Amino acid sequence: MTARRPERSEAKSRDLFVRRQKTGPSAALGATVGRRSFLAGAVTVVPFVAHATPDALAAVIKEVTGGAPLREGKVTLDVPPLVENGNAVPLTVKVDSPMTTDDHVKAIHVFNEKNPQPHVFNAWLSPANGQARVATRIKLADSQKVVAVAETSKGEFWSAHTDVIVTIAACIEDVT
Amino acid sequence: MANVLVNAPKTAKKGEVVELKALIMHVMETGYRPGTNGHIIPRNIIQDFTATWNGREIFRMKMSPAIAANPFVSFSAVASESGTIAFRWSGDEGFVAEHQVAITVT
Amino acid sequence: MRGLASAAVLLAVFAGSLALAQGDGRRSGYQDMSPALQKMQDDDTANPAMLFVQAGETLWNEKAGTAGKSCADCHNDATASMKGVAARYPAVAGETGKPVDLEGRINLCRTNRQQAPALAAESDDLLALSAYVALQSRGQPIAPPNDVQLAALRAKGAEIYKQRQGQLNLSCANCHDDNPEKKLAGATIPQGHPTGYPIYRLEWQALGSLKRRLRNCVVGLRAEAWPYDASEYLALESYLMERARGMAMDAPAVRP
Repeated sequence: MTARRPERSEAKSRDLFVRRQKTGPSAALGATVGRRSFLAGAVTVVPFVAHATPDALAAVIKEVTGGAPLREGKVTLDVPPLVENGNAVPLTVKVDSPMTTDDHVKAIHVFNEKNPQPHVFNAWLSPANGQARVATRIKLADSQKVVAVAETSKGEFWSAHTDVIVTIAACIEDVT
Repeated sequence: MANVLVNAPKTAKKGEVVELKALIMHVMETGYRPGTNGHIIPRNIIQDFTATWNGREIFRMKMSPAIAANPFVSFSAVASESGTIAFRWSGDEGFVAEHQVAITVT
Repeated sequence: MRGLASAAVLLAVFAGSLALAQGDGRRSGYQDMSPALQKMQDDDTANPAMLFVQAGETLWNEKAGTAGKSCADCHNDATASMKGVAARYPAVAGETGKPVDLEGRINLCRTNRQQAPALAAESDDLLALSAYVALQSRGQPIAPPNDVQLAALRAKGAEIYKQRQGQLNLSCANCHDDNPEKKLAGATIPQGHPTGYPIYRLEWQALGSLKRRLRNCVVGLRAEAWPYDASEYLALESYLMERARGMAMDAPAVRP
């Protein structure tokens, strides 16, 4: 008895449902370029752009803290652990602080690890805010760590970090 | 006139912490994307966002290219007195947008 | 007061989406999104599509063309006159006797009633107006009209839907009928019901029409996208709306 051959279309479609690996300089430019090169099935020549590294991340954090110790705690960094598209990732930072004249959050700084540059945003607050909370939407070029640093009026630096997995849409338009 | 959507309460009790939300239409071009000709599309982002309550700054934010297009910001403020909450965005290519809302604090 | 209003809006949309869990197995793309994106869509004060709705409301009231008329001059308050309209398109246009989608209908009004030039496809103005009109169908069940021309168009759409194409040699049905809720390279495959158009697609970082999304699908298959004015789009849109008959509209939606 002859073995049953899988239906041609089924075999083909199964090969496609695989996870893409993102490597190389094109990944540094963000998901968009790497993905287009992959899906276009052609080599797209793009200029190489330096991107943030864990060292660059450490450097910008040091710029903010001036070398003062960074303590983990008080800061809640709310980002979905898995996002469907890195173009608009909802992010909320909250800091546990009474926000009084004597004890309040002066600034919140958010950084990333693998975008082309390490900054996300800086926000300056005061007791006029009542709550140390900032919500926005950010871009993440790849799965990476996001770090939030809160600077208090007492000169303390508190931080939190989270790892985000960034997936991307499967069917996109070809603008090249 | 930029397309802005601000959400702020019209009234509040003195001392109440209110939520202020601001959404503005802006491309937030990162300066890292290649265009159709292969050349990098120049950066065009909003860099600074400030909010004042009767002229006193209550919030300031510096945005980077990592802020998503059509930037959305939400933050809190203590309802201190009746008056005007003013929002201002500025950035590349001389972009400036302003929006004000009135609030009554009792 | 504001809290109540937005809570009511949130409840309305949420209830609408719950209704989508119809028990007939059909799911809208909203249900396949993460809670964070659902929240982005539900909050009218944060949904980026609402910027376009706001612009659309302004355009609705703006006089245009040599006739110097605004949409409001004929249609008055859109919240009343446009209720349920987007849920019934594509439909047959009175003036031409031919099927047309919502954007096409808006342009027929522009050229025939306002004596103004048609708005370009995917232009900000056209998207803003269609977003504003589509919003008025929020929560309404999709109700494509019965008409012999539309039936023929839907049949053609069904054929295209089942036809393999492109270098990947896949049909719409292969993914959206045979493999929904499974993953394609990390992304959840939706059933592909057009309940939310025009959508703010995070991939575009902008609002776009169903036609634009269909072009993305075709390019995704590594097929050559039909020209912008091709009849294939209208046929597919008509078929998709028929396939989604009864599902609640959630336009303007956010999608990844």
